[in-house]
Amino acid sequence: MKLRNVLMGAAASALCASAALAERGSDGQVNILYWQAVSIMTPYLSSGTKDIQAASLVIEPLARYNEKGEIVPYLVDAVPTVENGGVSQDLLTITWKLKDGLLWSDGSPVTADDVVFTWQYCTAPDGGCAQISNFSDVTKVEAVDPQTVKVTFGVAKPFPYGPFVGSNSPILQKKQFADCLGAKAPTCTEANTRPVGTGPFTVTDFKANDVVTLAANPNFRDPAKPAFATLVLKGGGDAASAARSVLETGEFDYAWNTQVEPEILAQMAAAGKGQVLSAFGSLVERLQINQTDPDPALGAERATLAHPHPFLTDPNVVRALSLAIDREVLVETGYGEAGKPTCNIVPAPEMNASTNNDSWCMKQDIEGAKKLLDDAGWTVGSDGVREKDGKKLSVLYQASTNSVRQAAQALIKQWWEEIGVATELRNIDGGVYFGGDPGSPDTIQKFYADIEMFANEFDGTDPEKYLNEWVCGAEPNAANQWQGPNYSRWCNKDFDAAMAELGKTAGAKERAAIIIRANDLIAASPSFIGLVHRGRLSAKSNTLGGIAMNAWDSELWNAADWYREK
Amino acid sequence: MFAYTLRRLLFAIPTLLVISFIIFALLDLSPGDPTANLPLTIPAEVREQIRVSLGLGEPFHIRYLKWLDQFFVNEPLSLIEDMTGWQFGDGNRLRVISWQTRSPVVDLIRERLPQTLWVVGLAYLVGVLIAVPIGVISAYRQYSWFDQIGTFVSMIGFSVPTFFMGLLLIVIFSVKLQWLPTIYDTNLRVTDLHTFWLQVKQMIMPVTVLALFNASQISRYMRASMLDNLSQDYVRTARAKGLRERSVVLIHVLRNSLIPVVTVIALGVPTIFGGAIITEQIFRVNGLGQLLITGIQGADLPLVQTLTFIFAVLIVLFNLIADVLYGILDPRIRYE
Repeated sequence: MKLRNVLMGAAASALCASAALAERGSDGQVNILYWQAVSIMTPYLSSGTKDIQAASLVIEPLARYNEKGEIVPYLVDAVPTVENGGVSQDLLTITWKLKDGLLWSDGSPVTADDVVFTWQYCTAPDGGCAQISNFSDVTKVEAVDPQTVKVTFGVAKPFPYGPFVGSNSPILQKKQFADCLGAKAPTCTEANTRPVGTGPFTVTDFKANDVVTLAANPNFRDPAKPAFATLVLKGGGDAASAARSVLETGEFDYAWNTQVEPEILAQMAAAGKGQVLSAFGSLVERLQINQTDPDPALGAERATLAHPHPFLTDPNVVRALSLAIDREVLVETGYGEAGKPTCNIVPAPEMNASTNNDSWCMKQDIEGAKKLLDDAGWTVGSDGVREKDGKKLSVLYQASTNSVRQAAQALIKQWWEEIGVATELRNIDGGVYFGGDPGSPDTIQKFYADIEMFANEFDGTDPEKYLNEWVCGAEPNAANQWQGPNYSRWCNKDFDAAMAELGKTAGAKERAAIIIRANDLIAASPSFIGLVHRGRLSAKSNTLGGIAMNAWDSELWNAADWYREK
Repeated sequence: MFAYTLRRLLFAIPTLLVISFIIFALLDLSPGDPTANLPLTIPAEVREQIRVSLGLGEPFHIRYLKWLDQFFVNEPLSLIEDMTGWQFGDGNRLRVISWQTRSPVVDLIRERLPQTLWVVGLAYLVGVLIAVPIGVISAYRQYSWFDQIGTFVSMIGFSVPTFFMGLLLIVIFSVKLQWLPTIYDTNLRVTDLHTFWLQVKQMIMPVTVLALFNASQISRYMRASMLDNLSQDYVRTARAKGLRERSVVLIHVLRNSLIPVVTVIALGVPTIFGGAIITEQIFRVNGLGQLLITGIQGADLPLVQTLTFIFAVLIVLFNLIADVLYGILDPRIRYE
């Protein structure tokens, strides 16, 4: 290992020394801060987004999403489609042709065998591969010739860009990971922390949960890139101090996920050393409304389909709750530049985003909300809380422990009490709330409350898998260990029909029409209230150029193009 | 004394076993899940597979016995192999693996030890070196200006939380004056005067924050102990005999006063290894304290269990050292 480092260092410095050669390494060192420190350099065994993004500097997929959400080729010359013959007419196979002359960072050539091996690695039994869902429905991956890979699916895939596209499924070198299949995957510490890749940088030093030191890849396909000779990826601390280190003290060039209250960020940005960047992906902060009754008196049957919710299945009641919320205020107080009001579940990319809900969603309408509740038969009682047939309109509203969320909860509680809905607030630690433990009563799956708040998104730009989480039968229950994704326990025949249609439709425009239809069904249903379309927020120094903030892929996706501004 | 020490050491073994069981059980029973930090886009079946691959599939007592075996047998063997180069068996044994990094916990601890010892250890040393003179002078000139100011600074240092002090220093020295860096560079190798100066600069703030905290505690103990001794009869005798004031205070009184203070200092040494968790987070020193916090937040049970147990061992050990030291320094104490 040390010898290889010395050789790579010598190679890198030799490249820098010869001025006649291109500008690779001419801009010295770039410092990046990820306040959640990097634990491992592979997305396949990762413990969070930070690992996936750090790995994207070293190992790359065949194609990636750019900042507009378009798929752009990385290790191939062109993205296969039905038009250019790369995808078969029956939508069952997709063929990728690798670029000529691609080399791994250790000098050996990249071949189709490496791609086939990557699929075997992630789907090996007992491997615990975190990205195995990217390979769902793949029956075979074969090397047609050393430069061509053919992926075969078991069902027709109108959107076949799951495997090997995006930072979640990069290509691994077969030689390096050959002994790491299945249960042995976690034991290959050397390979997991210093992977051999095709990316612009290679790992020279790795201190887990602390700092990763990288150097320019001497075998990178573009001889003029990357402009930086070394890169330091430091971790630890919190978002506010990360923003400070870029915007106020100038110690770092780029800080990831500086999600801090807007006033504090504005104050820091005023120092003039850097700027705050935002990019919007598909992350939507929302309220999911329980369509079943979470009453503790029901015992083992609480929050199951056996007992529908007494009043939250009424679309008018839920619409009233939605109208009472002033989303502009939520954005202003909690997210600033990194938020936009929304009522959609699929907010982006633009062609898939519905505009049909904007008319009623964007403005708070307390009077309209009150009228809806009056018309539905809920009269205001003596204590200010509405009641009907002896039942009070009171809800238990839970969220994870997070200062921005608690502030939003307090505001929403205030608005709902104005329209006569009694609200009880609760917050639960994120590790438990999102942990999915079947034994815990506090998970988002168990949903032992009337309303729960969190944010969710989908990988890439196609929401088919994501929308399929809302079909009938996908709710969490005792039979599936409380692991189903349809947390609201909602069921709608029209929606299921739309999903079946989507599974058979190819062509971006046709799919967009169905996606918008499905989105509107959810938005109009009593199971969902969209709140804020959240973007990613990061800080960059004024001296760093070439950044294209990307919410669809790793934020470091184009690190090869970064340079120092003169 | 020897019999006493031996007896204490033998008692330590069942104590530590009970502690290990309590730590293991508490952490195991606590809610929280190692896959909670993974993006929500990863479906439930995959999460279950990941949990099984981490070894969470087996029942509690099997995991506990496995952990005991890994901690008490495999890890020391690996350590001895590393240090001496001998080979035990085939060298392929089950190590305690961290779930976040999938690498042995001992490697992580070894990586972190230098930072922690440098920053927190130095801070403790500086704290002690400051505290003793302050305590002596405060006691000697009781109720003088020096004493009042010393008391005031001690109270502040003790009551103001380290995160506030740290942030205050950062705002003054890094943001406004731009003199000192806010982030500790773990990769800095001291090779010449320039890098040495850089190392000093990045250590000043965290060391100051921690030293202030430590010094406040110890100086109060020192002062109280000195006051106790300054009013003793032998001090009057020494002065009557004509010894210089300096000898009386610094040789006779100080030595006697140091006895309880040394025990307090010895008891505080394990806290160095626990790291100053908050200060490490603020300055990104990334030592053992930060390792523990990231382990807890990521529900990385092997890491947290191993670290916590190591701290327990250190505390038990240093308790023993403090008692033995007390027995050595004070001839009036006899252990049976």
